[in-house]
Amino acid sequence: MNILVCIKQVPGTSQVEIDEKTGVLKRDGVESKMNPFDLYALETALRLKQQYGATVTALTMGPPQAETVIREAFMMGADRGIVLSDRRFGGADVLATSYTLSQGVRIAGDIDLIICGKQTTDGDTAQVGAELAEFLGIPHVVNVCSIRELTESAIELVVDLPDYELTERIPFPCLVTVEKGIFEPRLPSFKLKMATKDREIVWLKLDDLPDKDPAHYGLNGSPTQVKRIFPPESHVEHVTLAGSDPEKAAELCELLDRKKFLQQMR
Amino acid sequence: MARIEIHPELAADKDALLKLCPFGAIELDGGTLAINAACRMCRICIKKGGGVFEFIEDAAPGIDKSQWNGIAVLAEIDDGHHLHPVTLELLGKARELADKVNYPVYALVIGHNVAEAAEKLLSYGADEVFVYDSPELEFFKIEPYTNVLEDFIRKQRPSSMLVGGTVNGRSLAPRAAARFRTGLTADCTVLDISPSTDLDQIRPAYGGNIMAHINTPKHRPQFATVRYKIFSIPEESEAKGKITRCELPETALASKIDVLERKKKEVEQGIEEAEVLIVAGRGVKKKEDLELLEELAGLLNGRIASTRAVIEAGWMNPKLQIGLSGRTVKPKLVITCGVSGAIQFVAGMNNSELIVAINSDPGASIFKVAHVRLVGDLYTILPELIRNIKSRKAERI
Repeated sequence: MNILVCIKQVPGTSQVEIDEKTGVLKRDGVESKMNPFDLYALETALRLKQQYGATVTALTMGPPQAETVIREAFMMGADRGIVLSDRRFGGADVLATSYTLSQGVRIAGDIDLIICGKQTTDGDTAQVGAELAEFLGIPHVVNVCSIRELTESAIELVVDLPDYELTERIPFPCLVTVEKGIFEPRLPSFKLKMATKDREIVWLKLDDLPDKDPAHYGLNGSPTQVKRIFPPESHVEHVTLAGSDPEKAAELCELLDRKKFLQQMR
Repeated sequence: MARIEIHPELAADKDALLKLCPFGAIELDGGTLAINAACRMCRICIKKGGGVFEFIEDAAPGIDKSQWNGIAVLAEIDDGHHLHPVTLELLGKARELADKVNYPVYALVIGHNVAEAAEKLLSYGADEVFVYDSPELEFFKIEPYTNVLEDFIRKQRPSSMLVGGTVNGRSLAPRAAARFRTGLTADCTVLDISPSTDLDQIRPAYGGNIMAHINTPKHRPQFATVRYKIFSIPEESEAKGKITRCELPETALASKIDVLERKKKEVEQGIEEAEVLIVAGRGVKKKEDLELLEELAGLLNGRIASTRAVIEAGWMNPKLQIGLSGRTVKPKLVITCGVSGAIQFVAGMNNSELIVAINSDPGASIFKVAHVRLVGDLYTILPELIRNIKSRKAERI
């Protein structure tokens, strides 16, 4: 049983601000950490390892510093670590990121189950898992809130939808993205830290991948382009409604309508 | 293809340049400025770097955009039959975008026995509705749904593909976008279209702390997902378009995923889960008057809640109390009725997205946190508000 978990290093806080004058992101203390949602993916893999026996591989893509999150995964109990790092991977959007990861997975060997977190806290797209599954040609399910059972050839799990809970069985190989809270992530262990400090990490550059065409990676492989980034408009305004009470009521109704509170709900 | 070229001879203050990049992608490699893999191509260094960084865009052969026409909306069907309202919101936006560049609006319906849904899409502005109707498609399954979407795109070649940001939409759109190796922008909050037919997509990142304006300049179709209640449902109009039935061979409708059980969730929810809360305070004079608040809550699909005073009077279930000694809530809308705004109460609700306060005392501390203030008598305002909402809703049926 081989499980691979995709993890990402993200800024330590999402409380970033943009300097209105210069348009530059203010980054006080650029500490980074493992994407919190990935901790749940990793924990899910480690629980499955405990219960059924498995090799857990952590895969990340990023600058060389991203090694830190692989080390952290080791401290939690992951067995192998792979870092995809190359300048030519820079500027990757969802498509190029997913594609690069898919190339990394191919190098990782025979993987039965890939587990991803729900989303990252920096990009927030929650789309990489599905694209990765497509590039690997394997089925995927999102919003997994619990695991029922693992057999030789399949995983049985529960998918959380707004109105329904679906119990599904998916044959290996497959990819799942797990919800926050599926398991409580463990803390890194000092014992494992000492035991794994010399463990080798596999470093992959573009030239190590099966597809060596630079047009498929990084900015060049990214169909979407960020035209600009800017601070959100502050939408919190304070207004005092004027007029008679019925006029105030009418104005409030108008405001609620404009903010779409009168629309049909699920 | 594009890249950033560095002109080190122009670099006066290297340390300042290192700090320029919000993603920490500018580094010194043996004393030489370099850009590492953390680069997101936000191009801030080009704007602010005083010429040290140059953006080089080699003329890459783009696709022939004239071969891709129309704005397509993927309909979201709930429970096998019901049209999710986000679909109508997207149709309204699609019409608006399409009119700017003289495009048709397509809608794609995937499901079983979905004729009624297809008809409805015509009366909300679709020029042509494509229906893939089959028992295998009654419920969402990723592989057949992706195959259908692929088939539709290959045949109709829409310039843009709008998908609701629902659980299923957010699973299907990326899968299909990857199949076409095209761009996908998730959770757009603003959509516009330029004369070049490129979608101008704006979305939040970093938990909403920054906004990004994103284009897909050289690929088609341009995938965008939009969450429910970002756009407005358009007016219903006379249906002018047509319905086209499409089919896929059964082999394309197979799935490896077995659904073993489909369990409807209990709808019982606490006030923490409610999106809209109507809160009763001391200004509500007697228990029977809570019916007014109940009625308003019903119209806004919300729930009623209360302050401690009302709980202590024994009028409401203690589970409905907001505040430090009750529950902490963060709904999209809270309307407080006759609530003074004691600190212990405010601490339990001040992160709500929109706070509306109705109180006859202009000095009430609730007005300090309220986004919308109504100084007046709740016994006049509430009945009037209810009447207004009802008449607006009636106009739309």
